[in-house]
Amino acid sequence: MIAPLAVGVLIIVGWPFLDTIWMSFTSAHLTQYTGDWVGLDNYIRAFRSPQVRGALATTIFFVALTVSLELVLGVLVALLLDQPLYGRRFFRALLILPWALPTVVNAMSWRLIYNPDFGGLNAFLTQIGLLDSYQSWLGSPATAIYAIAVADIWKTVPLVAMITLAALQGVPREQLEAAHIDGASPWSRFKTVTMPAIVGPLMVAAVLRTIEGVKVFDIVWVMTRGGPANSTKTMSIQVYQEAFSNFRAGSGASQGLLIVLVSLILINVYVALLRRQGAQ
Amino acid sequence: MKQPLALRVVLHALAILVAVIILAPILWLLLVSVSTTTHLTTLPFEWIPEKLNFDNYAKLTTLEPNSRGEMFLYAMRNTALVAFGATAIALCAAIPAAWSFSRSKGGQSNLLYVVVATYMLPPVALIVPLFAFLNGLGLLNTKTGLMLVDCSIVLPFTTWLLKSNFDNISHEIEEAAFVDGASMLTVLRSVTLPMAKPALATVVLFSILLVWDEFFYAFILTNDDRSQTLTVAIANLASGRVSDYGLLATAGILTALPPLIIGILLQRALVSGLAQGGVKG
Repeated sequence: MIAPLAVGVLIIVGWPFLDTIWMSFTSAHLTQYTGDWVGLDNYIRAFRSPQVRGALATTIFFVALTVSLELVLGVLVALLLDQPLYGRRFFRALLILPWALPTVVNAMSWRLIYNPDFGGLNAFLTQIGLLDSYQSWLGSPATAIYAIAVADIWKTVPLVAMITLAALQGVPREQLEAAHIDGASPWSRFKTVTMPAIVGPLMVAAVLRTIEGVKVFDIVWVMTRGGPANSTKTMSIQVYQEAFSNFRAGSGASQGLLIVLVSLILINVYVALLRRQGAQ
Repeated sequence: MKQPLALRVVLHALAILVAVIILAPILWLLLVSVSTTTHLTTLPFEWIPEKLNFDNYAKLTTLEPNSRGEMFLYAMRNTALVAFGATAIALCAAIPAAWSFSRSKGGQSNLLYVVVATYMLPPVALIVPLFAFLNGLGLLNTKTGLMLVDCSIVLPFTTWLLKSNFDNISHEIEEAAFVDGASMLTVLRSVTLPMAKPALATVVLFSILLVWDEFFYAFILTNDDRSQTLTVAIANLASGRVSDYGLLATAGILTALPPLIIGILLQRALVSGLAQGGVKG
Protein backbone atom coordinates (compact mmCIF):
# COMPACT_ATOMS: atom_id res chain seq x y z
CA MET A 1 0.00 0.00 0.00
CA ILE A 2 2.94 2.27 0.62
CA ALA A 3 4.75 1.38 -2.58
CA PRO A 4 3.25 4.07 -4.86
CA LEU A 5 4.11 6.79 -2.37
CA ALA A 6 7.59 5.44 -1.75
CA VAL A 7 8.32 5.14 -5.46
CA GLY A 8 6.87 8.59 -6.19
CA VAL A 9 8.87 10.31 -3.48
CA LEU A 10 11.98 8.44 -4.54
CA ILE A 11 11.63 9.63 -8.13
CA ILE A 12 10.69 13.26 -7.60
CA VAL A 13 12.55 13.97 -4.35
CA GLY A 14 14.98 11.23 -3.36
CA TRP A 15 16.78 10.81 -6.65
CA PRO A 16 17.03 14.55 -7.47
CA PHE A 17 18.38 15.17 -3.98
CA LEU A 18 21.04 12.47 -4.25
CA ASP A 19 21.91 13.71 -7.72
CA THR A 20 22.28 17.24 -6.35
CA ILE A 21 24.67 15.93 -3.68
CA TRP A 22 26.69 14.13 -6.34
CA MET A 23 26.68 17.17 -8.60
CA SER A 24 27.93 19.40 -5.81
CA PHE A 25 31.28 17.61 -6.04
CA THR A 26 31.55 18.06 -9.79
CA SER A 27 32.01 20.89 -12.24
CA ALA A 28 28.65 20.09 -13.90
CA HIS A 29 27.39 22.70 -16.33
CA LEU A 30 23.67 23.31 -16.78
CA THR A 31 23.66 22.40 -20.46
CA GLN A 32 26.34 19.69 -20.41
CA TYR A 33 25.00 17.85 -17.49
CA THR A 34 28.05 15.76 -16.64
CA GLY A 35 31.12 17.37 -15.17
CA ASP A 36 34.47 16.38 -13.71
CA TRP A 37 34.91 15.40 -10.09
CA VAL A 38 36.31 18.41 -8.26
CA GLY A 39 36.07 17.25 -4.65
CA LEU A 40 35.29 19.99 -2.19
CA ASP A 41 36.17 22.83 -4.56
CA ASN A 42 32.60 24.06 -4.95
CA TYR A 43 32.11 24.17 -1.20
CA ILE A 44 35.40 25.93 -0.56
CA ARG A 45 34.62 28.51 -3.22
CA ALA A 46 31.11 28.96 -1.83
CA PHE A 47 32.45 29.70 1.65
CA ARG A 48 34.98 32.16 0.21
CA SER A 49 32.52 33.90 -2.07
CA PRO A 50 31.31 37.26 -0.74
CA GLN A 51 28.12 36.72 -2.78
CA VAL A 52 27.29 33.49 -0.95
CA ARG A 53 28.25 34.90 2.43
CA GLY A 54 26.12 37.93 1.80
CA ALA A 55 23.17 35.78 0.74
CA LEU A 56 23.58 33.57 3.82
CA ALA A 57 23.65 36.60 6.09
CA THR A 58 20.62 38.12 4.37
CA THR A 59 18.69 34.85 4.67
CA ILE A 60 19.47 34.43 8.36
CA PHE A 61 18.63 38.07 9.05
CA PHE A 62 15.35 37.73 7.15
CA VAL A 63 14.39 34.54 9.00
CA ALA A 64 15.28 35.94 12.42
CA LEU A 65 13.41 39.19 11.77
CA THR A 66 10.26 37.70 10.29
CA VAL A 67 9.88 34.56 12.42
CA SER A 68 10.39 36.38 15.72
CA LEU A 69 8.02 39.22 14.85
CA GLU A 70 5.46 36.81 13.41
CA LEU A 71 5.44 34.77 16.60
CA VAL A 72 5.21 37.74 18.96
CA LEU A 73 2.62 39.67 16.95
CA GLY A 74 0.67 36.48 16.22
CA VAL A 75 0.34 35.67 19.91
CA LEU A 76 -0.64 39.26 20.72
CA VAL A 77 -3.33 39.27 18.02
CA ALA A 78 -4.59 35.90 19.25
CA LEU A 79 -4.79 37.10 22.85
CA LEU A 80 -6.66 40.18 21.65
CA LEU A 81 -9.15 38.18 19.60
CA ASP A 82 -9.64 35.80 22.52
CA GLN A 83 -11.17 38.65 24.53
CA PRO A 84 -14.94 39.13 24.65
CA LEU A 85 -15.35 41.54 21.71
CA TYR A 86 -18.35 42.63 19.68
CA GLY A 87 -17.97 41.06 16.24
CA ARG A 88 -15.29 38.67 17.46
CA ARG A 89 -16.29 36.06 14.88
CA PHE A 90 -15.87 38.63 12.11
CA PHE A 91 -12.42 39.66 13.34
CA ARG A 92 -11.36 36.03 13.55
CA ALA A 93 -12.74 35.26 10.11
CA LEU A 94 -10.60 38.03 8.60
CA LEU A 95 -7.47 36.12 9.62
CA ILE A 96 -8.04 33.63 6.82
CA LEU A 97 -7.65 36.26 4.07
CA PRO A 98 -3.87 36.89 4.20
CA TRP A 99 -3.25 33.17 4.63
CA ALA A 100 -5.25 32.29 1.51
CA LEU A 101 -3.91 35.13 -0.65
CA PRO A 102 -1.34 33.59 -3.01
CA THR A 103 2.21 34.63 -2.06
CA VAL A 104 2.95 36.01 -5.51
CA VAL A 105 -0.21 38.15 -5.44
CA ASN A 106 0.75 39.32 -1.97
CA ALA A 107 4.22 40.28 -3.15
CA MET A 108 2.80 42.07 -6.18
CA SER A 109 0.24 44.03 -4.18
CA TRP A 110 2.92 45.20 -1.75
CA ARG A 111 4.96 46.29 -4.75
CA LEU A 112 2.02 48.47 -5.67
CA ILE A 113 1.78 49.75 -2.10
CA TYR A 114 5.48 50.67 -2.07
CA ASN A 115 5.43 52.08 -5.60
CA PRO A 116 7.59 55.24 -5.72
CA ASP A 117 5.26 57.12 -8.10
CA PHE A 118 1.83 56.54 -6.66
CA GLY A 119 2.08 53.87 -3.96
CA GLY A 120 -0.42 53.84 -1.13
CA LEU A 121 2.27 53.99 1.54
CA ASN A 122 3.82 57.15 0.10
CA ALA A 123 0.40 58.76 -0.38
CA PHE A 124 -0.65 57.91 3.16
CA LEU A 125 2.57 59.00 4.85
CA THR A 126 2.85 62.30 2.96
CA GLN A 127 -0.81 63.15 3.50
CA ILE A 128 -0.59 62.68 7.27
CA GLY A 129 2.64 64.67 7.25
CA LEU A 130 5.13 61.96 8.22
CA LEU A 131 6.96 62.10 4.92
CA ASP A 132 8.12 65.06 2.81
CA SER A 133 8.46 63.35 -0.53
CA TYR A 134 7.74 60.00 -2.14
CA GLN A 135 10.33 57.32 -1.33
CA SER A 136 11.45 54.31 -3.30
CA TRP A 137 11.01 51.75 -0.53
CA LEU A 138 12.03 48.75 -2.62
CA GLY A 139 14.61 50.69 -4.61
CA SER A 140 16.81 51.59 -1.69
CA PRO A 141 19.19 49.02 -0.17
CA ALA A 142 18.53 50.42 3.30
CA THR A 143 14.79 49.75 3.29
CA ALA A 144 14.15 46.98 0.75
CA ILE A 145 14.66 44.00 3.07
CA TYR A 146 12.39 45.54 5.72
CA ALA A 147 9.76 46.29 3.10
CA ILE A 148 9.76 42.63 2.07
CA ALA A 149 9.70 41.53 5.70
CA VAL A 150 6.57 43.64 6.29
CA ALA A 151 4.82 41.89 3.40
CA ASP A 152 5.84 38.49 4.76
CA ILE A 153 4.79 39.42 8.29
CA TRP A 154 1.42 40.74 7.08
CA LYS A 155 0.72 37.39 5.44
CA THR A 156 1.90 35.20 8.29
CA VAL A 157 0.91 36.89 11.56
CA PRO A 158 -2.73 35.88 10.96
CA LEU A 159 -1.66 32.25 10.54
CA VAL A 160 0.26 32.30 13.83
CA ALA A 161 -2.75 34.01 15.42
CA MET A 162 -5.05 31.23 14.16
CA ILE A 163 -2.69 28.56 15.50
CA THR A 164 -2.52 30.32 18.85
CA LEU A 165 -6.28 30.85 19.01
CA ALA A 166 -6.81 27.14 18.41
CA ALA A 167 -4.31 26.34 21.17
CA LEU A 168 -5.84 28.89 23.54
CA GLN A 169 -9.01 26.79 23.62
CA GLY A 170 -6.98 24.28 25.63
CA VAL A 171 -6.05 26.79 28.34
CA PRO A 172 -7.65 25.84 31.65
CA ARG A 173 -9.97 28.80 32.34
CA GLU A 174 -10.43 27.85 36.03
CA GLN A 175 -6.70 28.16 36.57
CA LEU A 176 -6.72 31.62 35.00
CA GLU A 177 -9.60 32.64 37.27
CA ALA A 178 -7.87 31.16 40.31
CA ALA A 179 -4.62 32.96 39.49
CA HIS A 180 -6.60 36.18 39.01
CA ILE A 181 -8.25 35.82 42.42
CA ASP A 182 -4.85 35.09 43.98
CA GLY A 183 -3.77 38.46 42.65
CA ALA A 184 -1.31 37.22 40.01
CA SER A 185 -0.37 39.92 37.48
CA PRO A 186 -1.53 39.51 33.86
CA TRP A 187 2.06 38.79 32.81
CA SER A 188 2.57 36.05 35.39
CA ARG A 189 -0.86 34.58 34.54
CA PHE A 190 0.22 34.48 30.90
CA LYS A 191 3.58 32.95 31.72
CA THR A 192 2.43 30.23 34.10
CA VAL A 193 -1.01 29.26 32.78
CA THR A 194 -1.38 30.33 29.14
CA MET A 195 2.14 29.85 27.81
CA PRO A 196 2.51 26.13 28.62
CA ALA A 197 -0.71 25.42 26.71
CA ILE A 198 0.36 27.22 23.53
CA VAL A 199 4.10 26.61 23.46
CA GLY A 200 3.85 23.28 21.61
CA PRO A 201 1.83 24.52 18.63
CA LEU A 202 3.92 27.71 18.56
CA MET A 203 7.08 25.65 18.30
CA VAL A 204 5.61 23.76 15.36
CA ALA A 205 4.76 27.09 13.76
CA ALA A 206 8.27 28.37 14.44
CA VAL A 207 9.84 25.32 12.81
CA LEU A 208 7.58 25.50 9.76
CA ARG A 209 8.10 29.23 9.34
CA THR A 210 11.86 28.84 9.72
CA ILE A 211 11.96 26.17 7.02
CA GLU A 212 9.88 28.37 4.73
CA GLY A 213 12.03 31.38 5.55
CA VAL A 214 15.34 29.68 4.91
CA LYS A 215 14.22 28.61 1.44
CA VAL A 216 12.30 31.81 0.63
CA PHE A 217 12.25 32.63 -3.06
CA ASP A 218 8.90 33.78 -4.44
CA ILE A 219 8.10 36.84 -2.32
CA VAL A 220 11.63 38.22 -2.73
CA TRP A 221 11.84 37.45 -6.41
CA VAL A 222 8.58 39.18 -7.24
CA MET A 223 9.29 42.21 -5.06
CA THR A 224 12.97 42.93 -5.82
CA ARG A 225 14.63 40.03 -7.67
CA GLY A 226 17.27 40.19 -4.94
CA GLY A 227 18.15 43.83 -5.55
CA PRO A 228 18.88 46.65 -5.11
CA ALA A 229 22.64 46.05 -4.91
CA ASN A 230 21.98 42.45 -3.74
CA SER A 231 20.56 43.82 -0.48
CA THR A 232 17.66 41.36 -0.55
CA LYS A 233 19.39 38.43 -2.23
CA THR A 234 18.58 35.32 -0.24
CA MET A 235 20.24 31.91 -0.61
CA SER A 236 17.57 30.54 -2.94
CA ILE A 237 18.03 33.47 -5.30
CA GLN A 238 21.80 33.07 -5.14
CA VAL A 239 21.49 29.37 -6.02
CA TYR A 240 19.03 30.09 -8.81
CA GLN A 241 21.39 32.64 -10.34
CA GLU A 242 24.43 30.40 -9.99
CA ALA A 243 22.72 27.43 -11.63
CA PHE A 244 20.44 29.09 -14.17
CA SER A 245 22.09 32.43 -15.02
CA ASN A 246 25.74 31.40 -14.69
CA PHE A 247 24.96 27.81 -15.77
CA ARG A 248 27.22 26.47 -13.01
CA ALA A 249 25.03 23.57 -11.92
CA GLY A 250 27.66 21.90 -9.72
CA SER A 251 28.51 25.03 -7.83
CA GLY A 252 24.80 25.88 -7.52
CA ALA A 253 24.16 22.41 -6.10
CA SER A 254 26.76 22.90 -3.37
CA GLN A 255 25.18 26.23 -2.43
CA GLY A 256 21.69 24.71 -2.45
CA LEU A 257 22.88 22.12 0.03
CA LEU A 258 24.07 24.92 2.30
CA ILE A 259 20.39 25.90 2.62
CA VAL A 260 19.57 22.37 3.71
CA LEU A 261 22.39 22.54 6.23
CA VAL A 262 21.12 25.83 7.68
CA SER A 263 17.60 24.37 7.95
CA LEU A 264 18.92 21.29 9.72
CA ILE A 265 20.90 23.34 12.23
CA LEU A 266 17.97 25.60 13.03
CA ILE A 267 15.54 22.69 13.37
CA ASN A 268 17.91 20.93 15.74
CA VAL A 269 18.07 24.07 17.85
CA TYR A 270 14.27 24.15 18.01
CA VAL A 271 14.01 20.47 18.88
CA ALA A 272 16.57 20.93 21.66
CA LEU A 273 14.60 23.90 22.97
CA LEU A 274 11.39 21.90 22.82
CA ARG A 275 13.00 19.00 24.70
CA ARG A 276 14.23 21.34 27.41
CA GLN A 277 10.78 22.89 27.65
CA GLY A 278 9.30 19.39 27.98
CA ALA A 279 11.81 18.41 30.66
CA GLN A 280 10.86 21.29 32.89
CA MET B 1 -13.77 38.45 34.92
CA LYS B 2 -15.55 41.70 34.19
CA GLN B 3 -13.51 44.20 32.23
CA PRO B 4 -13.60 47.92 33.00
CA LEU B 5 -15.16 50.07 30.27
CA ALA B 6 -11.91 51.85 29.36
CA LEU B 7 -10.19 48.52 28.76
CA ARG B 8 -13.08 47.31 26.63
CA VAL B 9 -12.88 50.45 24.47
CA VAL B 10 -9.11 50.01 24.00
CA LEU B 11 -9.49 46.33 23.11
CA HIS B 12 -12.15 47.12 20.52
CA ALA B 13 -10.01 49.90 19.06
CA LEU B 14 -7.08 47.49 18.76
CA ALA B 15 -9.24 44.83 17.12
CA ILE B 16 -10.46 47.40 14.59
CA LEU B 17 -6.85 48.41 13.94
CA VAL B 18 -5.96 44.76 13.26
CA ALA B 19 -8.92 44.47 10.89
CA VAL B 20 -7.86 47.63 9.03
CA ILE B 21 -4.29 46.38 8.68
CA ILE B 22 -5.52 43.04 7.34
CA LEU B 23 -7.91 44.63 4.87
CA ALA B 24 -5.79 47.58 3.71
CA PRO B 25 -3.52 45.79 1.19
CA ILE B 26 -6.48 43.91 -0.27
CA LEU B 27 -8.54 47.10 -0.56
CA TRP B 28 -5.55 48.86 -2.14
CA LEU B 29 -5.34 46.11 -4.74
CA LEU B 30 -9.06 46.50 -5.43
CA LEU B 31 -8.69 50.28 -5.65
CA VAL B 32 -5.80 50.07 -8.12
CA SER B 33 -7.71 47.53 -10.20
CA VAL B 34 -10.60 49.96 -10.79
CA SER B 35 -8.43 53.08 -11.22
CA THR B 36 -7.01 54.58 -14.38
CA THR B 37 -3.27 55.26 -14.51
CA THR B 38 -4.08 58.98 -14.70
CA HIS B 39 -6.00 58.78 -11.46
CA LEU B 40 -3.23 56.80 -9.77
CA THR B 41 -0.44 59.18 -10.74
CA THR B 42 -2.27 62.42 -9.99
CA LEU B 43 -0.94 64.00 -6.81
CA PRO B 44 -2.09 64.49 -4.16
CA PHE B 45 -3.68 61.10 -4.36
CA GLU B 46 -7.47 60.90 -4.07
CA TRP B 47 -8.37 57.81 -2.07
CA ILE B 48 -11.86 57.59 -3.52
CA PRO B 49 -11.88 57.52 -7.32
CA GLU B 50 -14.48 59.72 -9.03
CA LYS B 51 -15.66 56.87 -11.14
CA LEU B 52 -14.94 53.17 -11.14
CA ASN B 53 -13.24 51.83 -14.19
CA PHE B 54 -13.88 48.16 -14.89
CA ASP B 55 -12.00 48.12 -18.22
CA ASN B 56 -9.22 46.01 -16.76
CA TYR B 57 -11.63 43.28 -15.78
CA ALA B 58 -13.03 43.30 -19.31
CA LYS B 59 -9.50 43.21 -20.75
CA LEU B 60 -8.54 40.16 -18.74
CA THR B 61 -11.68 38.16 -19.41
CA THR B 62 -11.53 38.20 -23.19
CA LEU B 63 -10.20 35.43 -25.37
CA GLU B 64 -9.30 37.74 -28.24
CA PRO B 65 -6.17 36.34 -29.93
CA ASN B 66 -2.84 37.74 -28.66
CA SER B 67 -4.52 39.87 -26.02
CA ARG B 68 -3.46 40.04 -22.40
CA GLY B 69 -6.79 38.45 -21.59
CA GLU B 70 -6.01 35.41 -23.68
CA MET B 71 -2.65 35.02 -21.98
CA PHE B 72 -4.22 35.43 -18.55
CA LEU B 73 -7.08 33.01 -19.16
CA TYR B 74 -4.67 30.42 -20.57
CA ALA B 75 -2.56 30.81 -17.46
CA MET B 76 -5.64 30.33 -15.30
CA ARG B 77 -6.63 27.23 -17.24
CA ASN B 78 -3.07 25.88 -16.93
CA THR B 79 -3.04 26.54 -13.21
CA ALA B 80 -6.37 24.80 -12.71
CA LEU B 81 -5.31 21.78 -14.78
CA VAL B 82 -1.99 21.47 -12.97
CA ALA B 83 -3.68 21.87 -9.59
CA PHE B 84 -6.30 19.20 -10.29
CA GLY B 85 -3.83 16.89 -12.01
CA ALA B 86 -1.20 17.07 -9.28
CA THR B 87 -3.89 16.59 -6.63
CA ALA B 88 -5.32 13.54 -8.40
CA ILE B 89 -1.91 11.92 -8.90
CA ALA B 90 -0.85 12.69 -5.35
CA LEU B 91 -4.04 11.26 -3.86
CA CYS B 92 -3.60 7.96 -5.73
CA ALA B 93 -0.32 7.50 -3.88
CA ALA B 94 -1.21 9.25 -0.63
CA ILE B 95 -4.53 7.54 0.19
CA PRO B 96 -3.30 3.93 0.36
CA ALA B 97 -0.07 4.99 2.05
CA ALA B 98 -1.79 7.19 4.63
CA TRP B 99 -4.23 4.40 5.41
CA SER B 100 -1.41 1.95 5.82
CA PHE B 101 0.53 4.35 8.08
CA SER B 102 -2.59 4.86 10.16
CA ARG B 103 -3.42 1.17 10.56
CA SER B 104 0.00 -0.35 11.09
CA LYS B 105 1.83 -0.10 14.34
CA GLY B 106 5.30 -1.06 13.20
CA GLY B 107 8.31 0.76 11.87
CA GLN B 108 6.46 2.12 8.86
CA SER B 109 6.08 5.41 10.66
CA ASN B 110 9.75 6.13 10.00
CA LEU B 111 8.93 6.32 6.33
CA LEU B 112 6.11 8.74 7.10
CA TYR B 113 8.59 11.03 8.84
CA VAL B 114 10.95 10.80 5.89
CA VAL B 115 8.12 11.85 3.55
CA VAL B 116 7.12 14.75 5.80
CA ALA B 117 10.76 15.76 6.19
CA THR B 118 11.14 16.17 2.42
CA TYR B 119 9.21 19.39 2.93
CA MET B 120 12.40 20.78 4.43
CA LEU B 121 14.31 20.46 1.19
CA PRO B 122 14.42 23.74 -0.69
CA PRO B 123 13.26 23.38 -4.31
CA VAL B 124 16.56 24.94 -5.42
CA ALA B 125 18.33 21.86 -4.09
CA LEU B 126 16.28 19.60 -6.39
CA ILE B 127 15.67 21.73 -9.43
CA VAL B 128 18.68 20.99 -11.66
CA PRO B 129 18.19 17.19 -11.71
CA LEU B 130 14.42 17.69 -12.12
CA PHE B 131 15.07 20.10 -14.98
CA ALA B 132 17.36 17.58 -16.67
CA PHE B 133 14.93 14.74 -15.96
CA LEU B 134 11.95 16.53 -17.55
CA ASN B 135 14.14 17.68 -20.41
CA GLY B 136 15.13 14.06 -21.07
CA LEU B 137 11.50 12.98 -21.11
CA GLY B 138 10.50 15.89 -23.35
CA LEU B 139 8.28 17.21 -20.55
CA LEU B 140 9.88 20.63 -20.11
CA ASN B 141 7.33 23.38 -20.58
CA THR B 142 4.39 21.01 -20.30
CA LYS B 143 1.58 20.87 -17.80
CA THR B 144 2.20 17.15 -17.25
CA GLY B 145 5.80 17.77 -16.25
CA LEU B 146 4.84 20.51 -13.82
CA MET B 147 2.07 18.31 -12.38
CA LEU B 148 4.52 15.52 -11.61
CA VAL B 149 7.02 17.88 -10.00
CA ASP B 150 4.35 19.67 -7.97
CA CYS B 151 3.48 16.29 -6.44
CA SER B 152 6.67 16.69 -4.42
CA ILE B 153 5.03 19.62 -2.64
CA VAL B 154 1.59 18.08 -2.34
CA LEU B 155 2.52 14.56 -1.26
CA PRO B 156 3.96 15.27 2.20
CA PHE B 157 0.93 17.37 3.18
CA THR B 158 -1.79 15.15 1.79
CA THR B 159 -0.20 12.05 3.31
CA TRP B 160 0.18 13.68 6.70
CA LEU B 161 -3.32 15.21 6.75
CA LEU B 162 -4.96 11.99 5.53
CA LYS B 163 -3.08 9.92 8.07
CA SER B 164 -4.26 12.10 10.95
CA ASN B 165 -7.81 11.90 9.61
CA PHE B 166 -7.74 8.13 9.18
CA ASP B 167 -6.51 7.91 12.78
CA ASN B 168 -9.85 9.35 13.87
CA ILE B 169 -11.93 6.79 11.98
CA SER B 170 -12.86 3.73 14.00
CA HIS B 171 -11.18 0.47 13.05
CA GLU B 172 -14.08 -1.73 14.11
CA ILE B 173 -16.17 -1.56 10.96
CA GLU B 174 -13.04 -2.29 8.91
CA GLU B 175 -12.26 -5.30 11.07
CA ALA B 176 -15.75 -6.65 10.54
CA ALA B 177 -15.32 -6.32 6.77
CA PHE B 178 -11.97 -8.13 6.96
CA VAL B 179 -13.61 -10.96 8.92
CA ASP B 180 -16.15 -11.23 6.10
CA GLY B 181 -13.24 -11.86 3.75
CA ALA B 182 -12.98 -8.48 2.01
CA SER B 183 -9.58 -7.51 0.59
CA MET B 184 -7.61 -4.49 1.75
CA LEU B 185 -8.48 -2.48 -1.33
CA THR B 186 -12.18 -3.29 -1.01
CA VAL B 187 -12.21 -2.26 2.62
CA LEU B 188 -10.38 0.96 1.83
CA ARG B 189 -12.67 1.78 -1.09
CA SER B 190 -16.04 0.81 0.28
CA VAL B 191 -15.66 1.21 4.04
CA THR B 192 -12.96 3.71 4.99
CA LEU B 193 -13.10 6.25 2.17
CA PRO B 194 -16.87 6.85 2.37
CA MET B 195 -16.43 7.58 6.08
CA ALA B 196 -13.53 9.90 5.33
CA LYS B 197 -15.36 11.95 2.69
CA PRO B 198 -15.31 15.30 4.53
CA ALA B 199 -11.63 14.83 5.32
CA LEU B 200 -10.93 13.99 1.69
CA ALA B 201 -12.66 17.13 0.52
CA THR B 202 -10.52 19.19 2.88
CA VAL B 203 -7.35 17.52 1.69
CA VAL B 204 -8.27 18.12 -1.96
CA LEU B 205 -8.90 21.82 -1.31
CA PHE B 206 -5.61 22.18 0.58
CA SER B 207 -3.75 20.51 -2.19
CA ILE B 208 -5.29 22.78 -4.83
CA LEU B 209 -4.35 25.77 -2.70
CA LEU B 210 -0.74 24.59 -2.49
CA VAL B 211 -0.39 24.15 -6.23
CA TRP B 212 -2.23 27.41 -6.98
CA ASP B 213 0.35 29.19 -4.85
CA GLU B 214 3.38 27.41 -6.29
CA PHE B 215 5.85 29.67 -8.07
CA PHE B 216 9.41 28.37 -8.19
CA TYR B 217 8.94 25.14 -10.16
CA ALA B 218 6.47 26.75 -12.54
CA PHE B 219 8.89 29.64 -13.06
CA ILE B 220 11.78 27.35 -14.00
CA LEU B 221 9.99 24.52 -15.75
CA THR B 222 7.51 26.43 -17.93
CA ASN B 223 8.11 29.40 -20.19
CA ASP B 224 5.22 30.19 -22.47
CA ASP B 225 1.44 30.34 -22.76
CA ARG B 226 1.12 26.62 -23.30
CA SER B 227 1.93 25.77 -19.72
CA GLN B 228 2.79 28.95 -17.84
CA THR B 229 0.76 29.29 -14.64
CA LEU B 230 -0.87 32.32 -13.02
CA THR B 231 1.89 32.98 -10.52
CA VAL B 232 4.46 33.08 -13.32
CA ALA B 233 2.24 35.28 -15.47
CA ILE B 234 1.81 37.74 -12.60
CA ALA B 235 5.50 37.76 -11.74
CA ASN B 236 6.29 38.53 -15.38
CA LEU B 237 3.69 41.28 -15.52
CA ALA B 238 4.91 42.72 -12.22
CA SER B 239 8.57 42.90 -13.13
CA GLY B 240 8.07 43.97 -16.72
CA ARG B 241 8.44 47.54 -17.85
CA VAL B 242 4.71 47.68 -18.42
CA SER B 243 3.27 50.46 -16.33
CA ASP B 244 -0.27 49.17 -16.57
CA TYR B 245 -0.70 48.86 -12.82
CA GLY B 246 -4.46 48.59 -13.02
CA LEU B 247 -4.22 45.53 -15.20
CA LEU B 248 -1.65 43.98 -12.87
CA ALA B 249 -3.85 44.56 -9.83
CA THR B 250 -6.83 43.09 -11.66
CA ALA B 251 -4.83 39.98 -12.53
CA GLY B 252 -3.94 39.72 -8.85
CA ILE B 253 -7.54 40.01 -7.72
CA LEU B 254 -8.75 37.40 -10.22
CA THR B 255 -5.90 35.06 -9.28
CA ALA B 256 -6.63 35.46 -5.59
CA LEU B 257 -10.37 34.86 -5.87
CA PRO B 258 -10.41 31.04 -6.06
CA PRO B 259 -7.95 30.60 -3.16
CA LEU B 260 -9.81 33.16 -1.07
CA ILE B 261 -13.07 31.29 -1.63
CA ILE B 262 -11.36 28.00 -0.77
CA GLY B 263 -9.84 29.64 2.30
CA ILE B 264 -13.23 30.76 3.54
CA LEU B 265 -14.66 27.28 2.89
CA LEU B 266 -11.74 25.73 4.73
CA GLN B 267 -11.91 28.01 7.73
CA ARG B 268 -13.26 25.41 10.13
CA ALA B 269 -11.10 22.55 8.89
CA LEU B 270 -8.07 24.79 8.96
CA VAL B 271 -8.58 25.74 12.57
CA SER B 272 -8.90 22.14 13.69
CA GLY B 273 -5.97 21.16 11.45
CA LEU B 274 -3.91 23.91 13.03
CA ALA B 275 -4.78 22.57 16.44
CA GLN B 276 -3.21 19.27 15.35
CA GLY B 277 -0.20 21.04 13.93
CA GLY B 278 -0.48 19.54 10.48
CA VAL B 279 -0.88 22.52 8.21
CA LYS B 280 1.45 24.42 5.95
CA GLY B 281 2.45 27.92 6.96
